[in-house]
Amino acid sequence: MNIHIKNGRVIDPKSGLDQVADVYIAAGKILAIGAASESYQSDRVIDASECIVCPGLVDLAARLREPGFEYKATLESEMNAACAGGVTSLACPPDTDPPLDEPGLVEMLKFRAQNLNQARVYPIGALTQKLEGQRLTEMAELRDAGCVGFSQADAPITDTQVLARALEYAATFGFTVWLRPQDAYLARDGVAHDGFVATRLGLPAIPSTAETIAVATILLLVRETGARVHLCRLSSAQSIEMIRAAKADGLDITCDVSINHLHLTEMDIGYFDPNYHLMPPLRSIRDRDLIRAALASGTIDALCSDHTPVDDDVKQMPFGEAEPGATGLELLLPLTLKWAGEARIGLVDALARITLYPAEILGLDAGYLAAGHAADICIFDQKADWRVVAAALKSQGKNTPFLGYEMQGRVIYTLVEGQIVFEGTCDRPGIEAD
Amino acid sequence: MNRNPQLNADGNLRHLLTIDGLPRALLTHIFDTADGFIAVNEQEVRKVPLLRGKAIFNLFFEPSTRTRTTFEIAAKRLSADVINLNISASSQSKGETLLDTVDNLAAMQADMFIVRHAQSGAAHMIARHVAPHIHVVNAGDGRHAHPTQGLLDMFTIRKYKGEFHNLCVAIVGDVLHSRVARSQIHALTTLGVPEVRVIAPKTLLPTAVEQMGVRVFHDMESGLRNADVVIILRLQNERMRGAHLPSAQEYFKYYGLTAEKLAYARPDAIVMHPGPMNRGVEIDSSVADGSQSVILPQVTYGIAVRMAVMSMLAGN
Repeated sequence: MNIHIKNGRVIDPKSGLDQVADVYIAAGKILAIGAASESYQSDRVIDASECIVCPGLVDLAARLREPGFEYKATLESEMNAACAGGVTSLACPPDTDPPLDEPGLVEMLKFRAQNLNQARVYPIGALTQKLEGQRLTEMAELRDAGCVGFSQADAPITDTQVLARALEYAATFGFTVWLRPQDAYLARDGVAHDGFVATRLGLPAIPSTAETIAVATILLLVRETGARVHLCRLSSAQSIEMIRAAKADGLDITCDVSINHLHLTEMDIGYFDPNYHLMPPLRSIRDRDLIRAALASGTIDALCSDHTPVDDDVKQMPFGEAEPGATGLELLLPLTLKWAGEARIGLVDALARITLYPAEILGLDAGYLAAGHAADICIFDQKADWRVVAAALKSQGKNTPFLGYEMQGRVIYTLVEGQIVFEGTCDRPGIEAD
Repeated sequence: MNRNPQLNADGNLRHLLTIDGLPRALLTHIFDTADGFIAVNEQEVRKVPLLRGKAIFNLFFEPSTRTRTTFEIAAKRLSADVINLNISASSQSKGETLLDTVDNLAAMQADMFIVRHAQSGAAHMIARHVAPHIHVVNAGDGRHAHPTQGLLDMFTIRKYKGEFHNLCVAIVGDVLHSRVARSQIHALTTLGVPEVRVIAPKTLLPTAVEQMGVRVFHDMESGLRNADVVIILRLQNERMRGAHLPSAQEYFKYYGLTAEKLAYARPDAIVMHPGPMNRGVEIDSSVADGSQSVILPQVTYGIAVRMAVMSMLAGN
């Protein structure tokens, strides 16, 4: 189908383009930005006046919950959520049940996802068998099956020798290893940041050293092994400072933070609201402020949704027993815009952190707009207000610390390979239009 | 969600979940009400009809003898019907969720839940969930709060010391894991006690505890000096396994309250303990049974204070 996107403000983080222009799509690709040849015939015209046309979002951490946790969410529900959030490519962590530690599981997931014809799914394979942190997975086989990197998700590797060898082995093939830094012993039994809020509420605490010690270990092993490592979902100011210094030193390392840690702190827990039980925990205002500055300066490369749908049965529990995690795919864009507005970051730079840069981390030829390139596009109304309520979310996970928040910025169209996979209207069920 | 969940729109007590955030006048009102019930407890017929026909459920997800019993006695003296549920042995082990259990009991026309749970915040969660006419009293949630214990401790201090504004109170022991200590600290600072101290090794103190308004000491001699009230916390055996302490013996030597260490405090200092005591671990028998100990009066006053709280919540 030939689609003509008319009059939108086209933003491309790669070329720096930011101007009102028309985008012409044919055969799944962008034919031209600006003007098309006279012979171009559109099957459909999208009027994008007052809207922004940008590359489809690339999310570095979205749990789709298949296989194994279909009672929490299904591929169908979460792919719908991705498209409604403007996300056209996403990486999913391996902490399914069973974990993504065998090629067959990865092939099945990719096959199921492809048949839905929605966002592109890039599985991150398990780094160790069953994520137990002991025996390596068949990484090369998993890569052939479609894995774009390897990770432990939130499962620890307590044996540092195994971690060192996993990095060496991955480095042999040039695979990227994704690690969420956390010392399992220091984090043991903890549910909240080790600060005044946890002290006052009597919540078992996770000190910042649980993260910084793991970061220090990983940075030293990266120097030693030459492995390509991406650090996921950082939470503490000090570990970000360590990464800044390592990058300044020339170390080839990347990192991301989640939308939750970009906006929230331990203070938001309030009276034990389990929606704020997240992993890693929400930390201090100082940590949060440094995260915001580091995302602006580029020390933090990308922003992710850390999408983790959790069912009510395990969320509506006392804070410490409630399962950590929050839904996020549909909040990634508005929360990026919120940060950009508050921190006075330009749209081109802000959108790069959820399109081009995460694509680069994934090693994908994606996250930008150019003639001849696949038409993965997000069209959104930057000014549209909506309120986060359960009914407004397509994800099966309705749990989010942002419930009740007013958001600005709503996706109107999402295109993957030139196909419209999401079409929002003002009457979109559940959305409370302003 | 960030509104104080235990007060209603008029500032009256709807639930008692924590002392944190309660105004001083409300605490004083509870003590004055409790004073009135002391007389009831000394009458021949120790019963008043304030809660006649009300159903009070003792919902204990964690074992307890003293707290559950004093709540039961307090409720019965107010003429309420008391139902004791030891949940750890029933539905939770059958996989029923906490809120399902609460819903089922609410359907049995409960008027009040007295809740004890191992998780911090459990009572808040139940309070958020129940219908408006049901009251929740937190009888201990994880490490967070044990407000009636904190109140009865303050009531005891008021009985023996009269005023709060000139006192030095030292809390000794495992503050990190103690809901009692947190409730005491909130109560003491709310009541205007000018010097609240905690004395413990660093492994038993939570991060930034001084931000709760206490002075931190690591040795008994300087920490107890000039103290008017010495509160000893219970030390649990798990602390040795969790690498918080090397041994009960070493703890007793440096932090156990003996007559020698008590001599650092003021001569008229009173000694308190929320129970149950580990004699020879955190307190020496000679002190526990000595003339400065008010540990048994604490238990007695606990009944009057709990009567006051329950009658204020569900009475009239």
